[in-house]
Amino acid sequence: MPSDRSSAKAGFGLTSAAWFGVLFLNLPILFIILYGFTTDDKSYSFPPPGLTTQWFAVTFARDDFWEALWLSVRVALFSMAIAMVLGTCAAAAMYRFRFFGKESVTLLILLPIALPGIVTGISLRAAFALGEVPFTFWTIVLGHATFCIVVVYNNVIARLRRSSPALVEASMDLGANSFQTFRHVILPNLATALLAGGMLAFALSFDEIIVTTFTAGQQRTLPLWMLNELIRPHQRPVTNVAAIIVMAITFLPIIGAYFLTRDTQDVAGSGK
Amino acid sequence: MAISTSLKQPSTGLAGRISTYLYTRPRMLLLLLLVPPLLWLGIIYLGSLFSLLLQSFFQLDDFTGRVVMQPTIDNYLRLFSWTNASIIGRTAGMAAIVTLIAAAIAFPLAYYMARYAGSRMKALFYVAVMLPLWSNYLVRVYAWKLILAKEGAIHWVVNHIGLGDVLDWILTLPVVEGSSLSTSYIGTTITFVYIWLPYMILPIQAALERVPRSLIEASSDLGAKPGETFRKVILPLSIPGVAAGSIFTFSLTLGDYIIPQMIGSSRPFIGQAVYQFQGTSGDIPMAAAFAMVPIAIMAVYLAVAKRFGAFDAL
Repeated sequence: MPSDRSSAKAGFGLTSAAWFGVLFLNLPILFIILYGFTTDDKSYSFPPPGLTTQWFAVTFARDDFWEALWLSVRVALFSMAIAMVLGTCAAAAMYRFRFFGKESVTLLILLPIALPGIVTGISLRAAFALGEVPFTFWTIVLGHATFCIVVVYNNVIARLRRSSPALVEASMDLGANSFQTFRHVILPNLATALLAGGMLAFALSFDEIIVTTFTAGQQRTLPLWMLNELIRPHQRPVTNVAAIIVMAITFLPIIGAYFLTRDTQDVAGSGK
Repeated sequence: MAISTSLKQPSTGLAGRISTYLYTRPRMLLLLLLVPPLLWLGIIYLGSLFSLLLQSFFQLDDFTGRVVMQPTIDNYLRLFSWTNASIIGRTAGMAAIVTLIAAAIAFPLAYYMARYAGSRMKALFYVAVMLPLWSNYLVRVYAWKLILAKEGAIHWVVNHIGLGDVLDWILTLPVVEGSSLSTSYIGTTITFVYIWLPYMILPIQAALERVPRSLIEASSDLGAKPGETFRKVILPLSIPGVAAGSIFTFSLTLGDYIIPQMIGSSRPFIGQAVYQFQGTSGDIPMAAAFAMVPIAIMAVYLAVAKRFGAFDAL
């Protein structure tokens, strides 16, 4: 680590502003956990009148919860796989080549996250209505993969930009063909970025609700199941328990993605 | 010719031949790489956007409940009715306010993270920003419902420190008005800022990380005080990051329909209008026309943001 970071001290104002932001971001999450244990299941009273762990048992006994969870996992896995293939292809093409209309392609890749989710949702809905496509598992995946591509693309192209083209040239000069070079030089270099992008895509899909409302029909992913639970006046803590489980599931990929992509400022061969 | 055989050697075998073929014809490789993602995005995404545009010129027959495929601009004219225009104005105004507040909270955090935090602290901050971003969206909105409710934590704290009357007075102000924080615009704004804040922090932090240390050293070597260096070197270089972050906060606020539905006064936002036209009344053409509004606003916004270098900071 550079030494001048520790020598420079942040002022009190800046430090407290930064910590205010961190607390603002994370305190509400504690409330989710706290209310998962409350004995009050009809209102939002604070402080909770009593604490209990019964809501975990109640949630685990609900078949619809497990169905929704399993549907979300499958959707996220398929969306992630599609996004990883398409995102990597796009990143490789955009990194290696200059061509006419390159800027438009960048825009096209970014568009699904640059435009509000509701636009993606209602567009797919309108297209399905015109084409009389029935809602299935695959209509959900279709929507999710579309906005996941950009996450993988961003991660992979960032890594490509940081790795040195000299490595690829050296590999080719030493007699490897393109496939060998890809397998032994490019892929090991990309692997962690690819994995990180895939994990983030998984988490993104797992959590999505806005687009899903328009493409799901009768099927209920976990977020849709939760939205439905929230409207019910009883057993409110069940939603919190589901939320705690979801957080536990998505926390690991996020931490993983972070550790996979940090410390990559100095990719082998980048010092020219 | 020994040299030529040794050069040809790697090209034997099927993989070798394909490899050589692609190497000598880079355009072919480009096509192979680019066509799958372009087909996907082109057909599924642009195709749907186009069908949305098409639908927006159709009309729902009120009697039969079926869509009449005859081009008309009636749906667009209906956007200018007082009710619909005020929905659009309310949403755009909220998006602007949320973006400003988010930038104000995000900047110091990102600046601290990029310039002062050591490696451990930086990892901690990174997790603190990412954890809420990837925690379930719906549940985070719901968390604010718990916190902002009349019987919830904020009202409880405010009442205990004796400021209950002040809060009640604020809640009677025009525009803000609501019986509790969770049914007022204040609640909606806080929740929007909270949900989209990480999208603002990350690009700003990335932009600040990219400011070369040598530039800052040069600035202080040339006699600039820390404040001057900040204003004249760091701040201008971080603008692309702020612009990139604002694309997300602005766009996401424009299209959201869950937050204003769960927290705030019952006055609708664009997203809710789209959702209701599509769902309750089955009027996909009108929903489509309404969905064109955020697209149009974002087109203008993206053009402006591009000028500030936002696309390089994404």
